[in-house]
Amino acid sequence: MSKTPKISNEPFWWALFGAGGVVSALFIPVLIVIFGLAIPLGWVEAPDYQSMRVLLASPVTRLLLFGIITLCLFHWAHRFRFTLYDGLQLKHLESLILVLTYGSAMVAVIFAGIAIWTL
Amino acid sequence: MAPTSRNTSNRSGRLVQRVPIFWWIKKWNYTKFILRELSSVAVAAYAVVLIFLVHAVSGGPAEYQEFMELFQRPFWIGLNVVALAFVLLHSVTWFNLAPKAMVIRVGNWIVPPKFIVAANYAAWIVVSAAVAWILLEP
Repeated sequence: MSKTPKISNEPFWWALFGAGGVVSALFIPVLIVIFGLAIPLGWVEAPDYQSMRVLLASPVTRLLLFGIITLCLFHWAHRFRFTLYDGLQLKHLESLILVLTYGSAMVAVIFAGIAIWTL
Repeated sequence: MAPTSRNTSNRSGRLVQRVPIFWWIKKWNYTKFILRELSSVAVAAYAVVLIFLVHAVSGGPAEYQEFMELFQRPFWIGLNVVALAFVLLHSVTWFNLAPKAMVIRVGNWIVPPKFIVAANYAAWIVVSAAVAWILLEP
């Protein structure tokens, strides 16, 4: 053990994982049911383009959507990182996995930001 | 003492037993754990789907139409069924574990775990209904 303990950034990533866990558990199932099953299978009618645009363009929706997307991505990054460590015994590839998980989450967040901002 | 091929030495030079890669396949409980952990892939995939939805709406009515029609293909319906199964596993396991992650006190009274689980499921119902209503109101 080293004498000067390093401050770990693990709690920060864990907090994002936790917040993303809550948000995804609450929002994602209903979104999959609506966009993935109910609309394509014709159980309900798809929102028409104009109302969809108005809905997405409202500041509240933009903020909410950006928050949901960001938290979901960091939830995945953290959890998938440990799935690779434990499930596939890849702890020795730690730095590569850190870049692939948190890195791709960050890239996707940037894309989300641009898409939502330029809507 | 010569290490066998199954074993490997760690950094301190001590001999440690290597865990087989598919250690979680032998016991259903372990498999369930890995499936639960893999649910995050479906969560991330849907975050990406949402980004594409926003992008399609940006692109105009034709692109939006195209996006919605893509999801009518059997391949995508199947993928969505699988994704739904994974996120349902995530939601249920997440809400059931919530009392372990947060202990709420009101004065000296500790809110019973059952209440916290119930509150989570109630929130799930409210959010689902609100999202469905906002998206599908005529």
